[in-house]
Amino acid sequence: MLTDVVAVTTLSSLLGAALGYAAIRFRVEGNPLAEQVVQALPQTQCGQCGFAGCKDYAEALARGDAEVDLCPPGGQAVVIALADLLGRDPPQKGAVEKPKTIAVIDEQTCIGCTLCQQACPVDAILGAAKHMHTVIRDECTGCELCMAPCPVECIAMVPIKQDISTWKWPYPYFSLTPVAKVA
Amino acid sequence: MNIPRALFSFHGGIHVHGHKEISTQLPVDVAPIPPRLVLPLQQHIGLPAEPLVAIGDKVLKGQPLAKPKGYISASLHAPTSGQVVDVSPLPVPHPSGLGAPCIVLESDGQDTWYPHQGLADWASADPNLLRTLIRDAGIVGLGGAGFPSSVKLQPGPSRPIRTLILNGAECEPYITSDDLLMRRQAAEIIEGMSIMARILQPTECLIGIEDNKPEAYQALREAAQGHPIEVVQVPTRYPMGGEKQLIKVLTGREVPSGGLPSQVGVVCHNVATAHAVYRAVVHGEPLISRLLTLTGGAVAQPRNVEVRLGTPVSFLLQHYQVSVNRIERLIMGGPMMGFALSHDQVPVVKTSNCLLCAVAGEVPANQDPQACIRCGACTTVCPTNLLPQQMYWHARARDFDKVQQYNLFDCIECGCCAEVCPSRIPLVQYYRFAKSEVAARERDKQRADLARRRNEARVARFDREKAEKAAKLAQAKAAAASAPPGADKKAAIDAAVARAAAKKATAPVTPKNTEDLTPAQQAQIAEADSRRAADQPGDPR
Repeated sequence: MLTDVVAVTTLSSLLGAALGYAAIRFRVEGNPLAEQVVQALPQTQCGQCGFAGCKDYAEALARGDAEVDLCPPGGQAVVIALADLLGRDPPQKGAVEKPKTIAVIDEQTCIGCTLCQQACPVDAILGAAKHMHTVIRDECTGCELCMAPCPVECIAMVPIKQDISTWKWPYPYFSLTPVAKVA
Repeated sequence: MNIPRALFSFHGGIHVHGHKEISTQLPVDVAPIPPRLVLPLQQHIGLPAEPLVAIGDKVLKGQPLAKPKGYISASLHAPTSGQVVDVSPLPVPHPSGLGAPCIVLESDGQDTWYPHQGLADWASADPNLLRTLIRDAGIVGLGGAGFPSSVKLQPGPSRPIRTLILNGAECEPYITSDDLLMRRQAAEIIEGMSIMARILQPTECLIGIEDNKPEAYQALREAAQGHPIEVVQVPTRYPMGGEKQLIKVLTGREVPSGGLPSQVGVVCHNVATAHAVYRAVVHGEPLISRLLTLTGGAVAQPRNVEVRLGTPVSFLLQHYQVSVNRIERLIMGGPMMGFALSHDQVPVVKTSNCLLCAVAGEVPANQDPQACIRCGACTTVCPTNLLPQQMYWHARARDFDKVQQYNLFDCIECGCCAEVCPSRIPLVQYYRFAKSEVAARERDKQRADLARRRNEARVARFDREKAEKAAKLAQAKAAAASAPPGADKKAAIDAAVARAAAKKATAPVTPKNTEDLTPAQQAQIAEADSRRAADQPGDPR
């Protein structure tokens, strides 16, 4: 009887110590699920989901505090990817997809107030106080966050022009014609 | 050498009607120089070339117009002498029908050569020099893919090349440009191959020709006499001219999925590329023209023409009296792998090997596709051993992860599956759609990664600035706390008093305008002084 008690106690305390050590030694910083979710988001940092950026939205999703269909820039593809990742059912009506755009500053009108620069989540606006600003095309995510602060409304969202390198083959749609009517 | 070489076989493939005899009846004609040439900056795989000329520049034939940008890129040369009149986006031969940057050259009719010099003694030249000559001549794979040839000739020291193969299979129906080139310029092709062999140092050199081209085979065999080059006849089976298929048939080696031929010790070039290499090295002539098969029911005299790069298709059609009204579909390339042009205002580029002016009924139009009956005919003919039916279902359902799991990117888009499909499903269009969607997703992912890195950097910067500000504030507070309260105030007052005293000592205030006063004024002053003295103690206000 005593040996049994001693054996089980020793075993459980040993295993407990091992587990406790492992919990400290192999501690994972942050939520690994949130990391995965961040990877699936388009990183426009636009805040259209109601969170302060893709990372915040991802953390809310990982906690289960947000719906998967809040990301307009990602469109239906992201809705499905998120639902897949989080083991939820994708909603029937997904986020509304918009054509990809980038911000363009009308450099004649810009007064150099730097407000848009402060709003840009990816530092894609170049310029200094009282000097004309401009958008770095390759780094703009099209989040539209710079538009609202501009006091002279000199920022416009322009659709990205398609060229040969970004052209996609269309989905092969065909109209089917019935072969013969079944009597 | 009379013992036939043991050949291997590739999976699938189909027999297609060649229609090659149409365009081999007449000898090769040299097309005239058009008044206006349009040269796209990208006629190859890789980055577009960078223009070296500006509008208004006079250029000579063979003068470089654009230089390669990056390693995988190719230069561009003036096909004739004349003046650059425009550098702007214009329609190019591409399935999208979109425009791309082009250099427009107006011919002066003189056709004056730019000074150039060949290298007669290439056999003892440094391989690196030969490679540079080939790169400077703007040579790309002329079989249709347009991959820069100098890059293929540099497989790296980790990949020794055992076999150099010249591809003269030309399996696609209607096209005969390689056939005619092999018949006419066999010796030049052999010399071009010898130059390539000098660079790569392979142990064997093979030329594969389909057995429906006996004249070309004979010509090359005779030209190869005395050279360590073996000319091999391969069975006529589409797509024998596919690089991986020809390598399999000639050597039995299979290029791994997603890999390159150099991984199995093989480099494969088109015969026309070898010819261009000969012209570039021995004569110093860059790639400025190519053979093009002008064929199809709408062409009165189908034949091969030597045409300058940049020649507008409309010019060719007009000069060779093609009945444009009868053209049902104008195809650049062959009926299997070519693409339809939406109009004829596009130029001939380095990769244009055929212009098929098909009349009604000549090539199958988009017929009504029926439902897939899962017969599996596509699987039996797929030359890359894929499962076309599975890829079709997943591409149709836009399930791009699944379609990639079925090795979509090993598909060579040869069209065998669509050809045998009893339901006439345009399978290749589904694969092209899926491929471009996957590529677009990859681009989006890269953009997203860039945006995430930049956002993280920005957040980190804000945190750092905040921390720095807080540290500064804390420092100031600490400094204030260390001194006794009021000490600094007292010191400031003392300093101000001292300053005022010093000022007084240096410049004492003296009343102004006290000299030369009239007695009346003096009396007024005295009166004011006495009044002030009387007011002082009481101060009525």
